[in-house]
Amino acid sequence: MLSAPDMLCVKELSLSLSGRTILDRIDLDIPSGAVTAVIGPNGAGKSTLLACLAGLRRPDRGEAALGGEPVLALNPRLRARRLAFMEQTPEVAWPVTVRTLVGLGRTPFTGARGPGAEDEAAVAEAMARTGVADFAERIVTTLSGGERARVLIARALAGRPAWLLADEPLTGLDIGHQLDTLTLFRRLAAEGAGVIVTLHDLTLAARLADRLVVMAEGRVVAAGAPQSVLTPDLLAQVYGIDAGVIAHQGGLTIDLIGRRV
Amino acid sequence: MRRRILIFIAFAAALVALSGLSLMVGRVWAPWSAWTDRSDPRWAIIFDLRLPRTVLALMVGAVLGLAGAALQGYTRNPLADPGALGVSSMAALGAVMTLYFGAGAAAPWVISAAAMGMAFLAVILLLLFAGVGSGLVTFVLSGVILQTLAAAGVALALSLAPNPWAVNEIINWLMGSLADRSMDEVRFAAPFMAVGAALILLTARSLDALTLGETTARSLGVDLRVTQLLLALGLALTTGASVAVTGVISFVGLIVPHLVRPLVGGRPGALLLPSALAGAALVLAADILVRLTPAAHEVKLGVAMAALGAPFFFALLVTLRRRLV
Repeated sequence: MLSAPDMLCVKELSLSLSGRTILDRIDLDIPSGAVTAVIGPNGAGKSTLLACLAGLRRPDRGEAALGGEPVLALNPRLRARRLAFMEQTPEVAWPVTVRTLVGLGRTPFTGARGPGAEDEAAVAEAMARTGVADFAERIVTTLSGGERARVLIARALAGRPAWLLADEPLTGLDIGHQLDTLTLFRRLAAEGAGVIVTLHDLTLAARLADRLVVMAEGRVVAAGAPQSVLTPDLLAQVYGIDAGVIAHQGGLTIDLIGRRV
Repeated sequence: MRRRILIFIAFAAALVALSGLSLMVGRVWAPWSAWTDRSDPRWAIIFDLRLPRTVLALMVGAVLGLAGAALQGYTRNPLADPGALGVSSMAALGAVMTLYFGAGAAAPWVISAAAMGMAFLAVILLLLFAGVGSGLVTFVLSGVILQTLAAAGVALALSLAPNPWAVNEIINWLMGSLADRSMDEVRFAAPFMAVGAALILLTARSLDALTLGETTARSLGVDLRVTQLLLALGLALTTGASVAVTGVISFVGLIVPHLVRPLVGGRPGALLLPSALAGAALVLAADILVRLTPAAHEVKLGVAMAALGAPFFFALLVTLRRRLV
């Protein structure tokens, strides 16, 4: 299984920080061509797992492998061409235009001579897909939260990545834009990309992810199709809540009753 | 792109004009006719006195502007500058120590080596104190610590100085100046500055990616350790070499990127070369002005720049206040 060309395989991944276990022997096979949502309570280790998958954190033990090659063994520039990572609290330090910022997504491709026609085409395509082309020349730091979030997604798409890892990409977006974003991720998956997102909204996760990975206290508690994973028992165990799960056409609704006492 | 070319042409034209002016202006006015006539006594003034001074002003201004733009880009901090953050002061401390021990007179390269060594140490300490990409406050406070350290070291050297001449020499050193420099200084500093500037320019793409923060820059394939090393060496060579030949000239690296940013946009990599050109223009213009001071001795360039830079720094702080709290 470990050598499957279009799989992100995680084996025995463990990480602890100052004596606290953050990730505890994670085993996962994540297929491309699908949206995988990592869910779980705060502090479950979702962000750390994503950073390990992206090769940005070195685990104590175990490894994450992209198409059979450990991500940490890949040349960073070549890894960046295949895998785009969106951090949870993105920073935009300088007043640059939308086009310039999206162009930064081409960093692993541009040589010393600067961006070429291929880069410009990729940037235009990414801006069109996220609907930010209309304000391409505006300064990013003057945009609204929703516009900015879309620009940052366009930045990730500009590298035409085979894998997109996004840490809570829906933070600060209204429900309409949340839906747009996940629909875009689904379209990327339909085109063959592997998409891994961490999410808090279980209803959205159930509706738009092909697979859920449920984490709690650094462990994977459950993984699989939303219908089979999201059960009242699991919600009680993982989140400590009493909730009903109502299945209907195309999705699930979480009916929150209250905190479990 | 066309806009960028126009800006470069404008800067280049300004530099040519200022250089011409710099060769003509001073205690003695040297008109064009004196340039071509070797028998004219003013010919020597132009080519032996003012030419090295002009070239040195261009070189020092360019590397200081470049260093400021690079440090601001790396730290994502609009208040970063090798002068304001104590790198120049530490370089000066290195130079002062060699002056104190009299080693500077024995071999001029000792001063430069000491200045560059201390500048390198200062950049490393700065990165250690503040950490990469830490907040504005931490970074500026780290600069204050370095400044204080350098000031204490210099004060110690002054109080223990063996004779009044050494004191005089040290004080003169601290007030940066371009007066009475020869082609020796130019020849000496040029290679270090060129190598340092080249190292800094290599970081342009990494600085661009850092606009999105460290984690995202790393996810884009940028090796931050390489960027750090290039910058530390580049800043040490440029700042150290300029302090070694002219003493401390502050605020160039602070002011220049702010003036250039509205023209070329915020992308840090795009800011590097225009900042070098604008830095050269600023230092040259300031040096022309100090030569015209109506006093027995001309105002030291470092003092003039500080007088100009401090209010600018203050104004910047006021506009950035909202980000500080």
